[in-house]
Amino acid sequence: MKSGSNLEKILEAGHFAFTGELGPPRGVGAKEVREKAAYLKGNVDAVNITDNQTAVVRMSSWAASLILIQEGIEPNFQMVCRDRNRLAMQSDILGASAHGIKNMLCLSGDHCQFGDHPQAKGVFDIDSMQLISMVKGMRDEGKFLGGGDLEEAPKMFIGAAANPFAEPFEFRVHRLAKKIQAGVDFIQTQCIYNMEKFREWIKRANDMGLTEKAYILAGVTPFKSVGMARYMAKSVPGMDVPDSLIERLKKAGKGKVAEEGIKFAVEQIEEFKEMEGVAGVHLMAIEWEHKVPEIAERAGVLPRPQV
Amino acid sequence: MRLDYPANIKIIRVPCTGKVDVMHLLRAIQRGADGAYVVGCLEGTCHYNEGNLRARERVGHVRMLLDEIGIESDRVRMYNLSSGEGPTFAAYAKEMTEHIKELGPNPLKKSPGA
Amino acid sequence: MIVAKRKPFEEIKDMIKSYKSVLNVGCGTCVAVCLAGGEKEVDVLNAELDMARNLDENPIELGAFTVERQCDREYLESLDTQVDKYEAILSMACGAGIQFLAERYPEKPVFPAVDTTFIGVNQDVGWYEERCRACSSCVLGTTGGICPVTMCAKGLFNGPCGGTNQGSCEINKDQPCAWYLIYERLAKQGRLDCIMDITPAVDWRNQTPRTVLQPGYKEPEANH
Repeated sequence: MKSGSNLEKILEAGHFAFTGELGPPRGVGAKEVREKAAYLKGNVDAVNITDNQTAVVRMSSWAASLILIQEGIEPNFQMVCRDRNRLAMQSDILGASAHGIKNMLCLSGDHCQFGDHPQAKGVFDIDSMQLISMVKGMRDEGKFLGGGDLEEAPKMFIGAAANPFAEPFEFRVHRLAKKIQAGVDFIQTQCIYNMEKFREWIKRANDMGLTEKAYILAGVTPFKSVGMARYMAKSVPGMDVPDSLIERLKKAGKGKVAEEGIKFAVEQIEEFKEMEGVAGVHLMAIEWEHKVPEIAERAGVLPRPQV
Repeated sequence: MRLDYPANIKIIRVPCTGKVDVMHLLRAIQRGADGAYVVGCLEGTCHYNEGNLRARERVGHVRMLLDEIGIESDRVRMYNLSSGEGPTFAAYAKEMTEHIKELGPNPLKKSPGA
Repeated sequence: MIVAKRKPFEEIKDMIKSYKSVLNVGCGTCVAVCLAGGEKEVDVLNAELDMARNLDENPIELGAFTVERQCDREYLESLDTQVDKYEAILSMACGAGIQFLAERYPEKPVFPAVDTTFIGVNQDVGWYEERCRACSSCVLGTTGGICPVTMCAKGLFNGPCGGTNQGSCEINKDQPCAWYLIYERLAKQGRLDCIMDITPAVDWRNQTPRTVLQPGYKEPEANH
């Protein structure tokens, strides 16, 4: 075991993993975190805690992760390269590990321009690839990035994101290979809507033997409305939403779009369970945490295995 | 063709309005002219292709500079006509003179340094 | 070349409001080429300042002198005889030139009249684009001659990130994704192997003032 986290144990045991996501509040509302977390408890194996998502200031990811630990839920601590240099990153990793955080997700981070502080200087001292290898070096070799020895190594299950859809498509699977080379243990993908393209991507990953070297969790975000689908299609960079899916939601008719969105998500999860190379699903129910129990139930991923 | 145009105008001839520089116009105002305007060929008919278009850009730049300084930018203008349009030349001269009279004298003349 | 942009007039006027005589020093190299601080821009700024101060009934005596390069001691020398006549100096050079000028005349207040912006190229008259961040560890050889530090909004060494948007950067549709361009160029050259391995964390030592000593030369005595 690299970290001994619940997520690692589930995956190692060959179970189909199911992870959730929670965005910390724009204030000190620990109560809000606990309320959202309550919907996830028992329904997922670990919960991603976003790190100033879309470059908007929120309660820090490691702090919200600690609240989850208090609630008996395993966090997946997200860390972006935008807001910290290598010193701050390493000290936060040590602190997080000392407090019992065992999973982390290494990300570049959205550009500051999208957020509430577009004036901020983006740090990007290292990129997500270099962050992965830094954490691996700390864990497996007991070394800081600067080469110095660590006194006690942080045991982290190392994750990263992958976008199977962004151009150039041909390079995407090679970038996945680079992340694996850097030392990633698991991957959570960008929200998938274009199933055809995803099947092609995972096939290439299988052919290159990559899915044997890291666990791939397919990203799922149910649509709540046609407006949300249109927004994701048009305004969220790197997102691939086929017109046919938007049409399907429209056809559902007034008051039934959200149900159709969930139905599509459930169909996706059913397919991922059977798909070669997919080890689990990462469900990002954005501001829709209370729907997670229902989706999990309908997708047949409950009860979660105890390992 | 004998045409009347206001006698207060001093004409400075240049081979092409593309020769007119920002400093020429700025100096005119700095040294006390109440207004300055550039008369170029019609747009699209420049013998040197874009001399008058450059002049237009420079006039725009000078107007911006005058705004920064705190002098009415409309003391500097650009007009376009073809070489055969004597009456239009006289009409523009009258228009500019009347316009400057409305604006009054160059504000720099009131201050001790000018 | 180093590209600069003249500061807003009000800011310049405000910086020197308490001085009655100011020498405006232009630079004939980079900032002259990018039309920000050469001989002509010195004349325009002086004319503006002269008129504005007259309007404020607070006249000023302005000197104009443009040296070939403010970043070169030999050329600065030509100012030695003039500086005494003025209470302060305005410099229209890049940040390096301004500092070198201030270093030579430590008793004189020196003010910047331009904002130094970047190292860039002349894409058209009056239009300049950034190309280099002077990071001190050039990777252009493996990135198809496209700088990931400058041209990628996140300065990624292992891109493209998930925000690449049909060849555009996530920050702006008009901004090409540097890593998309790198991929395309290397693919055309049959050199994709250049980006198949991880580029390790960069040695960002450009955070302290750097020096360069070319082979065959010695460090100046004064530095010892």
